[in-house]
Amino acid sequence: MKLGILVNEGPYTHEASDTAYQFAKAALAKGHEISRVFFYHDGVNNGTRLTVPPQDDRNVVKRWSELAAAHKLDLVLCIAAAQRRGLMDKGEAKRHGKDADNIAPGFRISGLGQLIETGIEADRLVVFGD
Amino acid sequence: MAEEDGGGTVKRFLYVNRKAPHGTIYAHESLEVVLIGAAFEQDVSLAFVGDGVYQLVKGQDTKGLESKNFSPTFRALEDYDVTKLYVEQEALEARGLGEADLVVPVQVVSAARLAEIMEAQDVVLSF
Repeated sequence: MKLGILVNEGPYTHEASDTAYQFAKAALAKGHEISRVFFYHDGVNNGTRLTVPPQDDRNVVKRWSELAAAHKLDLVLCIAAAQRRGLMDKGEAKRHGKDADNIAPGFRISGLGQLIETGIEADRLVVFGD
Repeated sequence: MAEEDGGGTVKRFLYVNRKAPHGTIYAHESLEVVLIGAAFEQDVSLAFVGDGVYQLVKGQDTKGLESKNFSPTFRALEDYDVTKLYVEQEALEARGLGEADLVVPVQVVSAARLAEIMEAQDVVLSF
């Protein structure tokens, strides 16, 4: 089955991102395809490479990056939500005159249309949030 | 069920709004998805359940909060061909509200009927 995933909460405060990750991992292991993981609301905070969690805790951001690298996943941060919350790739940083970018490997920034497109293309869109 | 329509897939999208409008950003950002999604010419419905019914209440004034009052935008949805707005009857009644308190015309339906409406969708986005 072709699955789309929507993550609506940031890492650590909320379990939604953990659950979405475990779901994605299990679905891939069962041979399902994941057409896209879209991050919205505070979910965009899953895409910052500047997190430094304690060593005895899971690294939520790194886990997503590694899963994306292993399975060629398309991890998309909503641009409008990302702009509000300070998530930038190099292009966005330059465009807005900011002195840094902070997006983690495997993530890209794009528009909400990508979420709708995933809803249309996927057999199921699974939402993880509050 | 999805149907092919001139090469483009048309699916039934339901946006479920569950939260009050200004305490968290969910309601505001949900409306942004609806507006962007309207360009994709899908079969769109909105449902307002629980505290989500407060999103549609008339006379909201957010000046003191210094946040955006996006409730007038619901009146513009008609221009985007988004006209199916369902409001949970039990949620309205529990909050002492009626149809006359809302900024747009809606269909007030029971929670049981809303469950049937949800069942008939292809994509359910809950905010």
